Amino acid sequence: MEAVARAHRESWSRIVATLIRVTGDWTLAEDCAQDALAVALERWPRDGVPDNPGAWLMTVARNRAIDHLRRAAVEGRKLREVAMTEPGPDDNEIGDDRLRLIFTCCHPALALEARVALTLRTVAGVSTADIARAFLVTESAMTRRITRAKSKISAARIPYRVPEGDALGERLPGVLAVLYLLFNRGYDGEPLLAGEAIRLARLLTELMPGESEVSSLLALFLLQHSRRHARRDEAGELVTLDRQDRAKWDRAAIAEALEILLRTPIEGPYALQARIAACHAADDTDWRSIALWYDELARVQPTAVVELNRAVAHGYAYGPREGLDLLRAISKSVLENYPMAKAVEADLTARAGDSERAAALFREAAAATPDGPERRALLSRADKL
Amino acid sequence: MRQRCPDRGAGVRHPGDKLIEPMKGTAMKYMMFVCSDAEPETDESRVPDIEVWVAENDAAGRRVTGNVLAPPSAATTVRVRGGETMLTDGPFTETKEVIVGFDILECADLDEAIAVAAAHPMAYAGRIELRPYADI
Repeated sequence: MEAVARAHRESWSRIVATLIRVTGDWTLAEDCAQDALAVALERWPRDGVPDNPGAWLMTVARNRAIDHLRRAAVEGRKLREVAMTEPGPDDNEIGDDRLRLIFTCCHPALALEARVALTLRTVAGVSTADIARAFLVTESAMTRRITRAKSKISAARIPYRVPEGDALGERLPGVLAVLYLLFNRGYDGEPLLAGEAIRLARLLTELMPGESEVSSLLALFLLQHSRRHARRDEAGELVTLDRQDRAKWDRAAIAEALEILLRTPIEGPYALQARIAACHAADDTDWRSIALWYDELARVQPTAVVELNRAVAHGYAYGPREGLDLLRAISKSVLENYPMAKAVEADLTARAGDSERAAALFREAAAATPDGPERRALLSRADKL
Repeated sequence: MRQRCPDRGAGVRHPGDKLIEPMKGTAMKYMMFVCSDAEPETDESRVPDIEVWVAENDAAGRRVTGNVLAPPSAATTVRVRGGETMLTDGPFTETKEVIVGFDILECADLDEAIAVAAAHPMAYAGRIELRPYADI
């Protein structure tokens, strides 16, 4: 039933987050949320969809939790406490539980892969089976990963709270890194993850409207995602940006992202990445602006990938020789781990006029790339030279 | 803290736990293994002073006890197999990184324990493992 699916998407994190705070039990919270959805699936088609589906689900889930605690023979005093935590006007004081949930799922004392899985399961409400499929592991392996993370939260007493003051500034990038990883996994071919990353980023912008990097990250996702229907042709082969059918771009997503960027100050790496993505989403690509943004980004985030992209941008803005010069300035040992570095060198070399060497470099890059559309695209470039 | 629950561990709690903030008010114990490391921090000017660390955490009631340990060469490993006590000269594993000391912490939660550990000089010169007491 569509209404239940929508209520699931919209209410899951709120129900789970609140029940975790009230009961302190992650598994119980999830089970009760799941039970409430099952009840809805049974009743809504018969009795009609309630006016406020989220509140309805919350009440059913909360009652399940109370029933369970009663069966587990908790003393009457504590039962009263649970019953008294019905949502009320003082909920504002408690703040949004979903933010607590997100920060706890993304706690740095958990392994990155555990943070990602736990966030998807607990905050986004994605089924363990779907998460397992997206990360190419068995469902039982994914269940173990999530269970282990929940056990550590309980055993090591990872606090259920949003960090304050300096700690918030230290911890927020870790949360954004989880979303970024999710989105990139989605971008590389698992559409479920890209969609969930955008949904989570949207939720985070609602919960933390004052954090510019959160808004910038959402804008970045929307811009990258806007090209999802144009990135591959009918045969599934990669279509480079300059050859994409711009009619297939998602104009609404681009407009939303640009609107976000207009009112968001530039205060971190995601703001710069989003500006670059915005340049790529324009009808005429302004490579000089892109090169300038990459100069900025390389200052705050001097990673190999950023330096590589900076060389590409300068190559298009000021000619292939400029790009090759920048490429040569990057340390060799850093680039050896990136097959893309060879591909960049090949592209710049081709445009500088040395076809023979460029073809050889494209073949080298292809040899270091796993079989798939990327590899075929590289070989095709080599053949055309 | 929490009792073992026969079905799935949900809900059954020690009477001292509160439901709204289940952990508030009850301290959590962590064993802090202080270890050496092959790759210490090179900037020694940043390393905090151990006397200050001990004094501050003792005063705040976060450190229950602790000590420096004699080197692994002084260790004896004991096993009983088939009723027979067997002794080995040395630690039970031979590694480059060894436990050089320990502290027992009493903190509100892992974040507080991490802050205490990160202020210990051996977090710079070595590494520290935080192990919560098991929940029995």
